[in-house]
Amino acid sequence: MPMPYYVSPEQMMQDKAEYAKKGIAKGRSIIAMEYVDGILLAAENPSASLHKISEIYDSIAFAGAGKYSEFENLRKAGIRHADLKGFMYSREDVTARSLANGYSQSLGTIFSQEMKPLEVEILVVQIGHNGHTNEMYRISFDGSIIDEKQFAVIGGKSEAVQAALKEKVPAQPPDLKTALNLSILALEQTGNQKLSLETLEVAVLDRTRENRKFRRYTPADTKQFLA
Amino acid sequence: MMKLPFLPNHDDASFFDFLTRQHPELTPGGSRSPEPLPVHELPRSVNPVMVPQATTVLAIKSQQGVVIAGDRRATEGFQIAERRIEKVFKIDDYSAMAIAGAAGPCIEMAKLFQTELEHYEKLEGMQLSCEGKANKLGQMVKANLPMVFQGLVVMPLYVGYDLKRGEGRIFKYDLAGGRYEESDYHAIGSGGKDARNTMREHFKKAMTEQDALKLALLALYNAADDDVGTGGPDLIRGIYPTAKIVNGQGITDVSESEIRSVYEAMLATRIAKER
Repeated sequence: MPMPYYVSPEQMMQDKAEYAKKGIAKGRSIIAMEYVDGILLAAENPSASLHKISEIYDSIAFAGAGKYSEFENLRKAGIRHADLKGFMYSREDVTARSLANGYSQSLGTIFSQEMKPLEVEILVVQIGHNGHTNEMYRISFDGSIIDEKQFAVIGGKSEAVQAALKEKVPAQPPDLKTALNLSILALEQTGNQKLSLETLEVAVLDRTRENRKFRRYTPADTKQFLA
Repeated sequence: MMKLPFLPNHDDASFFDFLTRQHPELTPGGSRSPEPLPVHELPRSVNPVMVPQATTVLAIKSQQGVVIAGDRRATEGFQIAERRIEKVFKIDDYSAMAIAGAAGPCIEMAKLFQTELEHYEKLEGMQLSCEGKANKLGQMVKANLPMVFQGLVVMPLYVGYDLKRGEGRIFKYDLAGGRYEESDYHAIGSGGKDARNTMREHFKKAMTEQDALKLALLALYNAADDDVGTGGPDLIRGIYPTAKIVNGQGITDVSESEIRSVYEAMLATRIAKER
């Protein structure tokens, strides 16, 4: 019987991580930023119908970078998780923290047990009400989970975008217009080209809205808002 | 597609389907097995279970859309179980549902239907068509059939604004999930027949929303006059029927003060007639 070729666990994990990172870096970045009344999500996305940003529940949103089919599957599972919990208990019992934990467990298990890791990086964000703080979780292909403040970036040249934002984002949450302009600037800087508003996917979790806080801005909405 | 550990996997956009397959204990049918029992094996109780029963609800088309309304009484045998029960539910931005039958399962079905439509909208990125929503509700009523044999009847009346056709629509159901569209108005529940009689006499095509609302409240009043299961306006406690209006702009609750003022005018003319 031929012996399987020996690869050390360290080497195997490293190879998988490199493979996943390469896949994620190929795409464009997505930014989540806290503003006065909620959280802004902005991404460069040439498609008007294949979204990277989506509603999960009343005050929870999702963004995915990397391979579309893979983060789309995660998004749908997240909506199922949230709707099931909200139906079984109550709408206020659906939390970003529990969902982020589910994603982290799922991605971590797949990373260590499957041949091919998922080439995705995702964001789960939730706005707080009545003085509660916002929550932003960034979850990587290996299941590692990071609790972000002020802003978070996933996908593409995320480190460069993060560096660009770090200098400019004010300590107190800005208004929506400032937050959106900062995000566009950071995306343009790292992409080295002018961004067309047609290819900018924008959505917000807006605390001032009733019940479902998620709102998608069409390119026309964004244009009008920035005018 | 790779199965995700620690997260719920399912391969279509229906929340009801997902529950039926993976959490059957949470569905209105309530059985633990995903396959329904054959009819001859269904448990049948000698006397139907005694639970609060919700009664009269109705819907009327107007020129702009639909008005849907219901009284506030739930009865348990000859007792009044609840004076303030709410039987008209907003389902999504363009539709509402009113219920008659066993109160608990009715409310549960409304909640499940709300989740179903929201779930579909989030997964697919668009709303179901008006007809699609009505059909889905029919499937849910059909799945409740085993409970009917135990006396737990759930009877919905569904109204929606069809954005493609630009008109309001009314759907009624039978216990086996049959779905029928009504062209003008309909009422169900113990006082349904009395309410329908009133609407038959006074209904006109293309009424204003205000007139449709007045007719709906009159029909409920007359139903309460003749049917013990239906509650009329309770002037002492300040409890009035509830109503919602569905049209191209979406769904709105009719405020309690508006309903009260309609009843005050109606009662004043009735009292004058008696003298």
